[in-house]
Amino acid sequence: MSTPIVELRSITKRFGDFVAVDDVTLAIAGGEFLTLLGASGSGKTTTLRMIAGFEQPTAGEIWMDGQPIHALPPYKRHVNTVFQNYALFPHMSVWDNVAYGLRMRHVAKPEVAERVDAALAMVHLETLGGRIPRQLSGGQQQRVALARALVNRPKVLLLDEPLGALDLKLRKEMQLELKHLQTQVGITFVYVTHDQEEALTMSDRIALMRAGRIEQLGTPREIYERPATRYAADFIGETNLLPARVRAAAPGRLTLEIEGQGLEVPAPSSPVTPGQEVWLSVRPEIMTMVDGSPPAGHNSLEGTVEEGIYAGSLTRLRLRLPGGGALVLHLAPTGTARSAGAHARVAWPADRGVCLVA
Amino acid sequence: MTARPLPAPDARLTWLDRLRARPRARTALAAALPVGWVTLFLFLPYLLLLIHSFWRLDEHQTIVHQWTLASYRRLFTTDVYPATILFSARIALSVTLLSLVLAFPLAYLLAFKVRRYKNLMYMAVIIPLWVSYLVRAYAWKIILGQEGILNGLLAQLGLIHEPLEFLLYSKWAVIIALTHIYTPFTLMPIYAVLEAIPPSLKEASQDLYAGRFQTFLHVILPLSLPGVLAGSTFAFVLSMGDFIAPQLLGGNDSGLMVSNLVVSLFGVAYNWPLGAAVSVVMLALVVTLLTVANRLEERFNYRGKRGRAAKTDALAAVVTESRA
Repeated sequence: MSTPIVELRSITKRFGDFVAVDDVTLAIAGGEFLTLLGASGSGKTTTLRMIAGFEQPTAGEIWMDGQPIHALPPYKRHVNTVFQNYALFPHMSVWDNVAYGLRMRHVAKPEVAERVDAALAMVHLETLGGRIPRQLSGGQQQRVALARALVNRPKVLLLDEPLGALDLKLRKEMQLELKHLQTQVGITFVYVTHDQEEALTMSDRIALMRAGRIEQLGTPREIYERPATRYAADFIGETNLLPARVRAAAPGRLTLEIEGQGLEVPAPSSPVTPGQEVWLSVRPEIMTMVDGSPPAGHNSLEGTVEEGIYAGSLTRLRLRLPGGGALVLHLAPTGTARSAGAHARVAWPADRGVCLVA
Repeated sequence: MTARPLPAPDARLTWLDRLRARPRARTALAAALPVGWVTLFLFLPYLLLLIHSFWRLDEHQTIVHQWTLASYRRLFTTDVYPATILFSARIALSVTLLSLVLAFPLAYLLAFKVRRYKNLMYMAVIIPLWVSYLVRAYAWKIILGQEGILNGLLAQLGLIHEPLEFLLYSKWAVIIALTHIYTPFTLMPIYAVLEAIPPSLKEASQDLYAGRFQTFLHVILPLSLPGVLAGSTFAFVLSMGDFIAPQLLGGNDSGLMVSNLVVSLFGVAYNWPLGAAVSVVMLALVVTLLTVANRLEERFNYRGKRGRAAKTDALAAVVTESRA
């Protein structure tokens, strides 16, 4: 990782008795797309607002480019924000909205004109500069907000659930466009969302937040494939969480006992001892149906098919285990259909299960 | 317990059902009362006023039902009438400016700065509206009179030796009292528009390198214009037509306010046609002013219906007040 452009050093934010952000430390690299992901009340927006300067941390420091900035007002920080509901100035034209930041910094008129035109072209709104925000669609307003922030060439762009107000299809389009834009301009993006799919699609790294703390920090692949906690496994994507007991621990490898059967799993980073209660997380899409014995290096469990739901690109199959637990599988819809009540055996590669201690 | 079958709904049509099926008839019925009310108590009196202004007095001071522009000719050729209207307008303008100077900062504080006692403070501004207008006007007599509180205070402090006479029974007293009475009307629409400005707009402005003053100048002030216009219109129109404050506090200057002129024309001089003509001219002026103000408010209203709601609130308050 290159030198961090933004560093949060043990920042805490309290509102009265409520601790919104609890001792968060985070280094954001230059040019990175970092997502603060979390449920509402997890502290992600408060963290973003502290970087922007709208909130002052109760404790801790924020550094940018080797300078402490936590005491500076927002207008003295070289960051710009794309607000949740865009916050476009309703009494100004699109063009004037985009020019606002440059004018406030007394950029020369010809340069303002040039940069505003370029910014509007970048978001494909060059023909709509004369309109006022009320005359634009939600998606267009979103683009204006983006242009208004990016025209200032900030060191860091902060985005607070910027796609939250758009419909699903437009949101998907804008996700890709935003990611493309970020790569193109090379500006660091700090992106707040509660949508895990959005986070997985766009981010270089995700900081999963929970109750004011960072639950896990990593690339989308790391977070999805190697969740550190039950909360992380459950919040991101869909998973099967099975209560298990450690039967034997070998270097790098554990044998877990689930429903009386021994299942292999890579050892977690924190040490475990035989007899300890843990959880096994298995993603629904890594399991397959097998007839007979499973292939080498696979775990398998047997159960009774409870229901199969056709969902277009996949079929969701629900399996009841003899001990009472349940498993959900995502199967390709081309596979043989199993009727409810049928006996079934499922298998998955042993190294793709995750043992969770917390 | 056995379930008893519910009685079948009555399928016969009543006259009310038939009426409901005819939307036009329904609208007409619903509109009948308010339209009748307004016609009887608003349009008819105004019509009578208008008709009177085109009649004239004969040499015995009785009204002759004969169409003429004599009253209007006299109104515009005798110096005292245009002068009175102008003087009233000047008083009203002073009241408007003073109200704005008082109301805007207070509305700003209420909308953005005060957190804990916000409702209490707002009520403190509004409560005087529930006190009778007369009481409020008389209160200024007590404060400004020769034996009044203000003179007493100044004498106590040794600043004056003789009571100041110009305080009461002058245009200054009228301006002070009217400003006191109409400032809440100026405040309410301004407060309503400021309150409706989303905090994120202020943040966006600061995020885009604007300091507090620039944010005020470029974002808050332009967005508050509809409220400022509505508030100014209220203060101006209401104080220009005011009659009681000048009567009670104006002394010799009171005759210079247009409403007092109208009263004396109708009551003392029994010149109803001329009184009516002055009223019609005033009405025309006020309607013109309101129309222009309305146009401007629309011009500066960028927020659609929500922007208009502020004015409706304030109008409702005016109606309440005028009934008190």
